Amino acid sequence: MNGADVKTQQTDARPSLTPGVRLGSVSFVWRPWLACVTLLLAAGAFLLFCLSIGVGDFPIALPRVVATVFGGGEQVDEFVIMDLRMPRALAGIVVGTALGVSGAITQSIARNPLASPDVLGITSGASAVAVFLVTVSGGTAAAITDSVGLSAAALAGGLGTGLLVYFLAWRRGIDGFRLILIGISVTAMMQAVTTWLLVTADIRDVARAQTWLVGSLDNRTWGEVSLALWCTLVLLAVVSCVAFQFKPLHFGDDVAAGLGVRYATVRAVLLLCAVLLAGAAVSAAGPVPFVALVAPQVAMRLGRHPTPPMVASGMVGALLLTGSDLVARAVLPVSLPVGVVTAAIGGPFLVCLLVRANRR
Amino acid sequence: MVVQSITGVKPGVDGASRLAARGVTVEYGARTVLDELDVTVPPGVVTTIIGPNGCGKSTLLRTLSRLLKPAGGRVVLDGEDIATLRTRDVAKKLGLLPQAPVAPEGLTVSDLVTRGRHPHQSWLRQWSSDDADVVARALAMTGVSDLADRPVDSLSGGQRQRVWISMTLAQGTDLLLLDEPTTYLDLAHAIDVLDLVDDLHESGCTVVMVLHDLNLATRYSDNLVVMRDGAILAQGHPRDVITAELLHEAFGLRAKVIDDPVGDRPLIVPIGRAHVELGRFEPELQ
Repeated sequence: MNGADVKTQQTDARPSLTPGVRLGSVSFVWRPWLACVTLLLAAGAFLLFCLSIGVGDFPIALPRVVATVFGGGEQVDEFVIMDLRMPRALAGIVVGTALGVSGAITQSIARNPLASPDVLGITSGASAVAVFLVTVSGGTAAAITDSVGLSAAALAGGLGTGLLVYFLAWRRGIDGFRLILIGISVTAMMQAVTTWLLVTADIRDVARAQTWLVGSLDNRTWGEVSLALWCTLVLLAVVSCVAFQFKPLHFGDDVAAGLGVRYATVRAVLLLCAVLLAGAAVSAAGPVPFVALVAPQVAMRLGRHPTPPMVASGMVGALLLTGSDLVARAVLPVSLPVGVVTAAIGGPFLVCLLVRANRR
Repeated sequence: MVVQSITGVKPGVDGASRLAARGVTVEYGARTVLDELDVTVPPGVVTTIIGPNGCGKSTLLRTLSRLLKPAGGRVVLDGEDIATLRTRDVAKKLGLLPQAPVAPEGLTVSDLVTRGRHPHQSWLRQWSSDDADVVARALAMTGVSDLADRPVDSLSGGQRQRVWISMTLAQGTDLLLLDEPTTYLDLAHAIDVLDLVDDLHESGCTVVMVLHDLNLATRYSDNLVVMRDGAILAQGHPRDVITAELLHEAFGLRAKVIDDPVGDRPLIVPIGRAHVELGRFEPELQ
């Protein structure tokens, strides 16, 4: 049988394959459903972003918000929007995206939907460091706060805890369950440290530390937001470069190695990105719970994709956080920190997820 | 069934071995699993590694496929030390199916087999018409074209194993390493998968696999590698290798080796304690 025969024989029984798309020298697999869902989610997040800017003591209509955001608004609006409300709305988008992508990475690496930055100790580590710096006055703590800033120190705390969990979980490779168990233990330790600090601290410091206990978007300034924004943009660029090499890792280390992937390197780079993304999010908004856990799971189900899709997870995260903040400010009678609302939405979702997994 | 090699490359024409282990030593901590082991994989045939549990057969296969780095010695692939090759270049020459691989829930057959093209893709070129052709051929060769849109987890064990072999084929290599491809399969499905392995061999592939079932190994391979305690006890054609003495030496198994009533290979009849009437037929084995 020669090559031509094979070709004719195959065209008869050609199975339906996922179609490819070619743009110049770039080609990729085309998944129309996932692409549409991702676009809709992005549009939804942008809409909520504009609504979030418009809502407040001085309401601004949606068209005027959009015009100002794109640089064509009136002087009055520009001050309120760009200086007062933009940092908060932007923080919602940035933090939500960072948490969503971070969760998608950690869940994919552990091959377990429970592995989110919350569970892996990253957020609790970051908040423990922040609470330490706020409550312990004088000497070294003050020096650190003054030189690098509280946000950067929290980011470093998240990074340190994440790496600690990774190295403790390492035993001739990474096992999902081991990673989660060690993450839970380290989280508990960090929370114990935080509680101890709060109990022994001065009551005024405890009030200041509140932001680092429950995530909040209140009183964000451009300074805090821009650190998180730039970190997130750089990290997302790195993630999108490595993401292609990551695809075979969904089948486990051996299959990935068989397909020519240096899995240990790829996984270490992506996990580092996930840890830094979560750290950046915590540095801007405190430990917002459940977004990183829920967003990838929602994105998988909406996008009908067997593994957490990175972009869609980020969009769901942005949508969820901005939406929760909007609910916290505009719908509920008392203004709550956004972390309380995401927990109220995320908690029941986690329960649904577990109940469904049990019934299977 | 006539099958064409997936890449169209005529392999093994020069008769030179493509994969060999030279004095390979592998250690897990203080325990030596493979001890200065030499093995050469003959081209164009099915080689099966057999041996008792824990003798190091999977370790040997993993070392040959570069999943494990030997503490001593080297593995040679197409004349080059495999440790010096790039992971991606190894994946273009050698397809590997690990033991009991798991796909994410809901992943379709075509998505899984498509992933086999990974070594040939790059960030910019994630999908091409060549990829589509090779994947379609791999699906057809393993007889799973009709299942392309089904989730992998909805298939039977035998179908699933065919799909995984299909993914390995989509890598476009003619050197396949299969680690216990019949694990968890009932006998009918095991035969089904091994018939597929034989089709691949007919099409020109060189196959190295690990099997537990000695009679299936004898029936489906041309070259047996018998291991015990990290060393090779015997190697060669099943007709030359499989004897009652060797089975006793390797496995501590009492067995009678007879002619296969439906083939030209030996057949192993194990002698346990239950329902055996040795005295009646074989007084010398009593």
